[in-house]
Amino acid sequence: MFCLKDDWELEVPDRYFTLEDYEGGAARWCPGCGDLAVLTAVQRLCRDEQLAPEKTVCVSGIGCSSRFPHYMKTYGFHGLHGRALPVACGVKSRRPDLKVFVATGDGDCCSIGAGHWIHAIRYNMDLVVMLFDNAVYGLTKNQTSPTSPVGLHTNTHPRGAWLPPLNPTAATLGFANVSFVAQTVDWHPAHLHAVLKAAYHHKGLSFVRILQRCPTYTSDVFAEMQKDAAQLLLLTGGDNPELDAATLRTFPNQRAHDSRDLDAARQVADQQLPMPVGVLYRNPDRLCYEEFTTVGLDMPVADKLAAVQREFDKFAV
Amino acid sequence: MTTIEGTKPAAARKHVQVVPEYIVEIVSDSGEGAQKAGQTLGAVSAKMGNGVWTVEIIPAEIKPPARSRAGASGIRVRIGASTVTNTGDEAHLVVALNEQVLYGRIDQQAYKAGTIVLLENKWAHDPRPEVRAEYAAAVAAFRAQGLDVREVPLEEACQKTAQDVRVGKNMFVLGLLCWITSRDLDKAMEEVAFVFGKKSQDVIKKNQDLVRAGHAFGEATLEQRFEIPPRRTDQKLLVLNGNQAIALGVMAAGIELVAMYPITPATSASHHLASAFHKVGGVVHQAEDEIAAIGFAIGASYAGKTACTITSGPGLALKTEFLGFAVMAEVPLVLVLVQRGGPSTGLPTKVEQGDLLASLYGQPGDTPKVILAPATIEECLHFRMPVMVLTDANLATGVQPIPRPAVDADWLAPPIDQSAWQNGVPAYDWDRDTGLSPRPIPGQRGGEYVLTGLAHTTNAKVAYDPDSNQLGCDMRSRKLAVFGESLKPPHVHGDPDGDLLVVGWGSTLGAIEEAVDRARGEGHRVSSVHLRFLSPLEPGLAQIFARFLRVMTIEINYSDAPGAPHGTAQNRRLAQLAAVLRERTLVDIDCWSNVAGQPIAPGRIHAELVRRLAAIKGGA
Repeated sequence: MFCLKDDWELEVPDRYFTLEDYEGGAARWCPGCGDLAVLTAVQRLCRDEQLAPEKTVCVSGIGCSSRFPHYMKTYGFHGLHGRALPVACGVKSRRPDLKVFVATGDGDCCSIGAGHWIHAIRYNMDLVVMLFDNAVYGLTKNQTSPTSPVGLHTNTHPRGAWLPPLNPTAATLGFANVSFVAQTVDWHPAHLHAVLKAAYHHKGLSFVRILQRCPTYTSDVFAEMQKDAAQLLLLTGGDNPELDAATLRTFPNQRAHDSRDLDAARQVADQQLPMPVGVLYRNPDRLCYEEFTTVGLDMPVADKLAAVQREFDKFAV
Repeated sequence: MTTIEGTKPAAARKHVQVVPEYIVEIVSDSGEGAQKAGQTLGAVSAKMGNGVWTVEIIPAEIKPPARSRAGASGIRVRIGASTVTNTGDEAHLVVALNEQVLYGRIDQQAYKAGTIVLLENKWAHDPRPEVRAEYAAAVAAFRAQGLDVREVPLEEACQKTAQDVRVGKNMFVLGLLCWITSRDLDKAMEEVAFVFGKKSQDVIKKNQDLVRAGHAFGEATLEQRFEIPPRRTDQKLLVLNGNQAIALGVMAAGIELVAMYPITPATSASHHLASAFHKVGGVVHQAEDEIAAIGFAIGASYAGKTACTITSGPGLALKTEFLGFAVMAEVPLVLVLVQRGGPSTGLPTKVEQGDLLASLYGQPGDTPKVILAPATIEECLHFRMPVMVLTDANLATGVQPIPRPAVDADWLAPPIDQSAWQNGVPAYDWDRDTGLSPRPIPGQRGGEYVLTGLAHTTNAKVAYDPDSNQLGCDMRSRKLAVFGESLKPPHVHGDPDGDLLVVGWGSTLGAIEEAVDRARGEGHRVSSVHLRFLSPLEPGLAQIFARFLRVMTIEINYSDAPGAPHGTAQNRRLAQLAAVLRERTLVDIDCWSNVAGQPIAPGRIHAELVRRLAAIKGGA
């Protein structure tokens, strides 16, 4: 016998968002730029999660990838070079209701904004931070970045980059209060989307390094890796997203990985070939700074006024 | 010491002199608690109804060498029968815990012939012969200068009460000063209990015992005391320093977030907020650096919660890029700048007004913004706007009684608007006449836009065409002009015309007006104007200036002295407000300023005014 309970209600969303609801201005990245794939993945994620565009904020710094907010039809903040993270943390500090995505590049995050990177990880606010790592400064036209491989010919190192590159995932796993570190590539849309989705569902700062092709200046850097899937190592199990069989078949190398084990995560992060992709580390129990920054958000005005009066009276004669 | 045998109570035997004001100092090595003793004396006096101004004497180092000239740490307290607006001229009495620190204050012209020096005498018996020699030489030198040096066994007397004289002597000195200035001992006990409120009852009692012992020591050993009659007022008063006032102002303005990075002398405003802000639903974010602090505040402001950042000169330099960004993107922000001595790291603990031009012009491109300068601790509390607020080290640490404002619920920020954005209205819908535009807040449906520091159109779209950038700059500048129309011409202190007009800004208000009053009392035709708005300037300045033969600014910042080697009328670099006023009014404005790192005493201003007036009358 089929019947309905008295208090049963059919939840019919009054708005349904399609991909178009997240599509901002036409992207002006170079044809073949990996940023386009990330943009599509984020728009799909927003659609899948049915995020209200007015409650979604994309924050960026300066650089090619930091143009990201302009191409989303959400609220956006295209800020200063290196300073996306403090702004994003400020947005989140008193507006925990907003969903915040951060787009930052290897120069933006790992060089001029490196100080903020360390501390944003420590604040562990509920953000999805996407590091678009193309191993070069593109907007300023081909200078060495902190992740450029040794020997990369750039306008600042025409005879080849001198110094060993910084490893963004290994570095992040060394910062205090780290709670989520993942790695993916722009040329594998299914994996990219799945990792971003896992990042979105993690409460705390999700740091996702995306190896991102620059067809103009570093087309060689990831070319082999793109052509030869054996150069990637798919991490499976733990907090890694479930992938369908067809997607799994595209990764000849796979390894079960305990993403709750920080030492194991650090070991995997140090590995360059094959390049690990997936969730390297997740700790859902890390402290989030919002616990402190949101104090008093729900305080009624009358209580607030009375409290302010008391603070004044402390200095009364 | 001689006493009269008799039946009269002890106090009545002493000579009590009623005076309109009394200035005392405590000078010591760093860490001896002189500031706590002085601030307590100031608070007790304010609570008795006296006018009060305190100013801390702070060495730049946390632990400078003991018994050194540069290590002088302490406090000055000026107690008046009427309102006190500045630190005053020479002190009437100083308690010195060693003789070396006094040299530094003498160099700063803190004392005059006849100033009473109560000097700790234990150094006369120090086991080290060189210390005894230094002490003897100092006493002789001070006396030769006319100081009334009285050697006092402070430590010996204090030892009878305190277990550790090094940490207890300050309260003993407070008791002694309470006796000398006829303070209400019960109020002093209450204040000590308040100051040590976080400590145990045992600690409070020990400190109260020390105050009583110091008071009894004065009674037993000193002949003369002073009485400064209180004012009659029915006003409710608050007693606080400028940084505490800024903190209360932040709360009363409904600001919920202050993002800061530690820097002297601005940090203490954040200290007070950190201890109390949560009670009113606010939070202090200590950022990883100055840039992150302003970025965090701008992020919160963008999201609808107008935030505040507090810093000092070197911090301003680091915040410059974000400050320009906030102007460009039209994000509201309160930036409190507690100025200190510059350039560079400069004089971190000392007063200067050297950041006016950096505030006005420090960012690349055209960055119109509102700049305010509270002149008193009361004004530190009242200004509440998305603007830069320039205070200085003098206001930051000076304690003063001020009328208690009646805080209104309207002052608190309303809840952020989350209603749907009006369809089709662009994010920068500039009113071409006023430059004003409504601002969409994240969460407002239909208002989605991308804030950017790039040149942009009314729709917030990046635009490199010549017209868009011109329009944006025009609109931001027009906002400032429109704001300026809401200002009133400044009040002229003194007659509306005369021989000389002095223009000042910031913490020099009281000293300038006191000097002007003194000169006017001597028949001089001098007046003063004190500016609170430095951008935009208050209107009507050219008309006010035209009614005086000469106009000059008095500021605590750098200017070339007239007639300095290699100086010409063209290359003379002027004090900062003078330069701004010349640009704005085309009046030939002179200036008098220095970068000694000290508040300017009214007596020095008076002397300069008299000199200038003589030159004007002599046709110079």
